[in-house]
Amino acid sequence: MMPDLGAYAVPVLSAYAVSIALIVVVVGASILKARRVRARLEEVEHRRGRAA
Amino acid sequence: MIGLLRRDLTLAIRAGGGFGLSLAFFLIFTTLVPFGVGPETGILSEIAPGVLWLGALLACLLSLDRIFQLDWEDGTLDLMATSPVPLEGLAAMKALAHWITTGLPLVAAAPVLGLLLNLPGPAYPWLVASLALGTPALSAIGTFGAALTVGIKRGGLLLSLLVLPLYVPTLIFGALCVSRATTGQDPLTPLLLVAGITAGSLALLPFAAAAALRVNLR
Amino acid sequence: MASIWEYANPRKFMATSAFLLPWTAGIAGVCLVVGLVWGFFFTPDDFRQGSTVKIIYVHVPSAIMAINAWLMMLITSLIWVIRRHHVSALAAKAAAPVGMVFTLIALVTGAIWGQPMWGTWWEWDPRLTSFLILFLFYLGYMALWEAIDNPDSAADLTSVLCLVGSVFAIISRYALVFWNQGLHQGATLSLDREQNIADVFWYPLVITLAGFGFLFVALVLYRTQTEIRARRLKALIAQERMA
Repeated sequence: MMPDLGAYAVPVLSAYAVSIALIVVVVGASILKARRVRARLEEVEHRRGRAA
Repeated sequence: MIGLLRRDLTLAIRAGGGFGLSLAFFLIFTTLVPFGVGPETGILSEIAPGVLWLGALLACLLSLDRIFQLDWEDGTLDLMATSPVPLEGLAAMKALAHWITTGLPLVAAAPVLGLLLNLPGPAYPWLVASLALGTPALSAIGTFGAALTVGIKRGGLLLSLLVLPLYVPTLIFGALCVSRATTGQDPLTPLLLVAGITAGSLALLPFAAAAALRVNLR
Repeated sequence: MASIWEYANPRKFMATSAFLLPWTAGIAGVCLVVGLVWGFFFTPDDFRQGSTVKIIYVHVPSAIMAINAWLMMLITSLIWVIRRHHVSALAAKAAAPVGMVFTLIALVTGAIWGQPMWGTWWEWDPRLTSFLILFLFYLGYMALWEAIDNPDSAADLTSVLCLVGSVFAIISRYALVFWNQGLHQGATLSLDREQNIADVFWYPLVITLAGFGFLFVALVLYRTQTEIRARRLKALIAQERMA
């Protein structure tokens, strides 16, 4: 299954690893921030809904 | 506008340090370079154009945050904004004052520091010419950066981060002009390109700086 | 025909982006998986570059999207400056970190590729150097957003920075070509040439390119939604303080 990368296995694999890791990081950071903001917004809206 | 310029210059001279500090920084920077790369004159004369340009650029950078900061803190900037002088004119005058207090002394000091670094003889006129034509662009770009960050507390570091990438083309052409002169190539083309960047910056950046000032004064 | 300006309304934007987001994210995921798997497992080695040619499937799309992200920020900044639509400014803010990460991917994979091919991790070549400068521009842009409290002032100032920065980025690009002739090959993809790279390399590259493009769109939509919510949150908290 694994293709024969020859002498350049390390560069090719590390390039893919770094790219995928960075993409995962930016997607993960976006999701985390979105969740946090959404939760806080719901909390505040809920509180204000009750007060009004 | 002339009055503004005169006021800024008087303030810089009275407060002291305006002329002196950036010059002293330029001197120290140039002195430190041989400690870093070793005292061989061959290497030094090879890197001298770049080092001198870099030193001048960093010395310019040091005094940028003072362009608007003091006037902002004591409210003078608000008064200036309501005066009949347009903000674009104010930005242009501030840049000019910064150049006279910082750029001009650097140009004058550069040949002396060139001696320290063993800069080859034919390069001296080109060093002075490229700095004289290039430092106004550094002042204009810096004024724009200072206008962007004027409302930010401790904005000095941010100012450097914003301004340094904008300095890249000026530095490339300026240093290239001098280093071409040391190796006997044609230094005129990069010199003209430096002049072009300066002309463009002087014409356009006061408008950008004034736009940023308006936002910050809102 | 609905006008594009309708999406300046945050509510409308939220509804539309909520509809678009799963699609773009799905297409991005499928394209990325298919393209990268195809590129990694099922392409032959280049006779000169060996298996390192496979790096192209992450290097070239991220580099192209890094520039397009800045272009998108430039356009949204202009829209904000001219028509003062808040969603536009927030989209520019949302795009910056994504563009920065793409720039970083292009730089890192380029260094990893350069090491076996050119024998050096880094070379002060115009293309490499202009990407480094682009990276610095992204950093400064994001730092300026973070530093300013008032959201409208922040949007204004970062827009001005984006406009001026774009001009200087272009000047730097040409200055660098003048400064040093590089090792980097010319453009891999262009529309006006008969023959680009061989078809076996070309198809997976187009798919990964689409994948990176859709990933960018999905991330920007998603992050813009977050920014709109954050803005609303801030407004609500301010209202509470006033009351």
